Amino acid sequence: MATPAPLSSSEFSQRDISLLNTRYPGALTPDGRSGYSGWIIDQSQLLGVATALRDDLGFDYLSSVTAVDYLPQNQMEVVYHIYRTTGGPGVVFKVQIPREEKMEIPSLVPIYPGAELQEREAWDLFGVKFIGHPDLRRIFMWEGFAGHPMRKDWHEPYFEEEAKPLKSRWPEGRPVSAESKNQYGDNISYPDGFEPKGQIFNPEKALYDALQEYSKDEIGLETDRIIVNMGPQHPSTHGVFRIAVLLDGEKILNLKPVMGYLHRNHEKIGERNTYNMNMPYTDRLDYLSSMSNNFGYALAVEKMMNIKPPDRAEYIRVIMAEMTRISNHLMAIGALLNDLGAFFTPMLYALEERELILDIFEAVAGSRMMCNYFRFGGVARDLPDGTLQKIKDLSFERLPRKMDEIERFLSENEIIRARGIEQGVLTAENAIRYSAAGPLLRASGIPYDVRRAEPYSIYDRFDFDVAVRQNGDIYDRLMIRFEEIHQSIRIIQQAVKQIPDGPIMAMKPVYQVRVPPGESYGRVEGPKGELGFYIISNGKPNPWRYHVRAPSFINLTSFGPMCIGHKVADVVAVLGSIDIVLGEVDR
Amino acid sequence: MNDMFGKGILRGLGVSLKRFFETYLDDLAWMGKRYRTDEGIAHRGGKDARGIFTVQYPEEKIPVPEEFRCVPFLVYDEDINGLKQMRCTSCGICAKVCPPQCIWIVRSADPSTGRPIPDPAQFTIDADICMNCGLCAEFCPFDAIKMDHDYELASGMRNIYNMDRLSKSAKYYEYIRPVNAKRENTYRAAKAASRAERAE
Repeated sequence: MATPAPLSSSEFSQRDISLLNTRYPGALTPDGRSGYSGWIIDQSQLLGVATALRDDLGFDYLSSVTAVDYLPQNQMEVVYHIYRTTGGPGVVFKVQIPREEKMEIPSLVPIYPGAELQEREAWDLFGVKFIGHPDLRRIFMWEGFAGHPMRKDWHEPYFEEEAKPLKSRWPEGRPVSAESKNQYGDNISYPDGFEPKGQIFNPEKALYDALQEYSKDEIGLETDRIIVNMGPQHPSTHGVFRIAVLLDGEKILNLKPVMGYLHRNHEKIGERNTYNMNMPYTDRLDYLSSMSNNFGYALAVEKMMNIKPPDRAEYIRVIMAEMTRISNHLMAIGALLNDLGAFFTPMLYALEERELILDIFEAVAGSRMMCNYFRFGGVARDLPDGTLQKIKDLSFERLPRKMDEIERFLSENEIIRARGIEQGVLTAENAIRYSAAGPLLRASGIPYDVRRAEPYSIYDRFDFDVAVRQNGDIYDRLMIRFEEIHQSIRIIQQAVKQIPDGPIMAMKPVYQVRVPPGESYGRVEGPKGELGFYIISNGKPNPWRYHVRAPSFINLTSFGPMCIGHKVADVVAVLGSIDIVLGEVDR
Repeated sequence: MNDMFGKGILRGLGVSLKRFFETYLDDLAWMGKRYRTDEGIAHRGGKDARGIFTVQYPEEKIPVPEEFRCVPFLVYDEDINGLKQMRCTSCGICAKVCPPQCIWIVRSADPSTGRPIPDPAQFTIDADICMNCGLCAEFCPFDAIKMDHDYELASGMRNIYNMDRLSKSAKYYEYIRPVNAKRENTYRAAKAASRAERAE
């Protein structure tokens, strides 16, 4: 009989545990490793337990799926984080399998379709095969790539050491540039028995085959279907993002997002970095809202270090995070209007207000976009003189006025209404199933906001509403961003009134923090949705595992289903309404 | 909507039209001082700005705030004879904390004994790899490495900066970051005073 571990953060009641234990005897074991929490599930019973968790216990929202390579223990672990959309803490459960060349575990896509892209990511980067996954292809690396880069024994080109700081930099640091290391292709290696000559390889075949799989019953007539690739170089895809669509005339039969063109293996870099070094790297994820990224990462590490920032730092953090949300939503609104054909006028109106916010970031953090402002236990520096007044001016005077103006400018526009209303609908049920997050989820009628569902930092002190709209179409996703901006302004107004004086760091800043062994999952409500950082420490200066639950990436799971049945031109609008940033999608 | 079709578009166009005229109204109100003056630039970045925001770079430049950071430089003090005294002791903390690992330091050694001495023999920053995060400046215990304000770095080749290129005087540092420099100088003076007291 399993008993909950003392450190368990999982919000199972005793009744829930006994229900699972009677139905699936022996399936659940509490994770007893020090610093860990949650449950280890026997892989043969994974599907059954997951169904029970979803249907009987109400954990309907799969937040994150990832794998962890425990090389010394010769074990691979797949980690799931699930939550209730009604709020409250979640449950983390893990499946452990011996670490081999070929590893297989059952796919959770039939139960939580939101796992689709995430399981593909785990397959691509770790080589864990998910049996039952409808479309298990590589996602970031190209078909034909040798190896699985997130495995601990995989080394990148020009590999120097497992972890930074590199010994070649000090005390005998004579600069070597990467160009001089490139020996005209000498760094290419082939798998055993592979002969590059004479190989004909079509990396797109798997994609096009997957695209041809669609429900054929709707179409009576046998017509030619064509595959159209939008992107990766296309102004409306918001970056290097490619969309492969299967068309019947102009009607979309099937759609697959193709990504990885901006993939730099952020997580591998993160595991080479020390904890402090990762902070500026998180800026580069969703580069339009770097303060929020800092926030999530700082929370995750602070959880493990068990420190709490002083009050003033918390207020500064909230102000910065909410200003980030405003600037991000302004950008999203502007970009969506661009996609709808309102070429650049609304975009520039939105950019004006964003510019004023970035001016504040520049004064506070030193950089407009790559803020790198949060530290473990506080923030990097106090607000310079006059900044608080600027924030007050913005939040009390300018922003409310200008937001009303932009809203008046756009919300009644007939073209926007025609292009937006009842287009690209994501129903509430589907939004949860596909693990949609943020404005995408809330526009579908689910009032789920991490700031309310599981308040972090000091969000429980503020009075604000969770914006929600009911139709889940493009227009609602546009309007909900206006609503969220108004709520963010409300939070900032309260915060600047309440902000106390005092220290901004809980401890003396050190260049290498000590993080006790364990795991932690820190999540914040980023502008694009739930942004989570899953970190495993083994007590060394570098994280053993550093995973980002990227909202832009996971929101794309529902992109295909939203577009099927619409016209090609609507793809652009639907994508604009999801609001992705490729730095975060590809990582 | 049972209103007249196109009303929403017209309303939106009204906003555009208003913005269009606001620029000229502001121009008139400022009597031509809206451009190429410091006040004009400050006004355009302020809460009351109306109309277009555009700053005509490079003819006009927005003043950068004190905390602005772009590529580190090394601070040296000048002694009475006008000789450069590098503050850097080649302790290597900046190289260890640098996220993209773009700082390379060769520590000097005493030629006779071979023991390391606190002085950099070579200090190189690969500015093309530098991500301008400012962690080196933040964690330097000697206030020897600081982030610069000069953001016009375009060049025709790789920017690998050696110690000559990186060294800038403490006066320059005090000029670009007066508040920080003042705070650090008082702190260091107090520390030196307490050390002198203890020595006596």
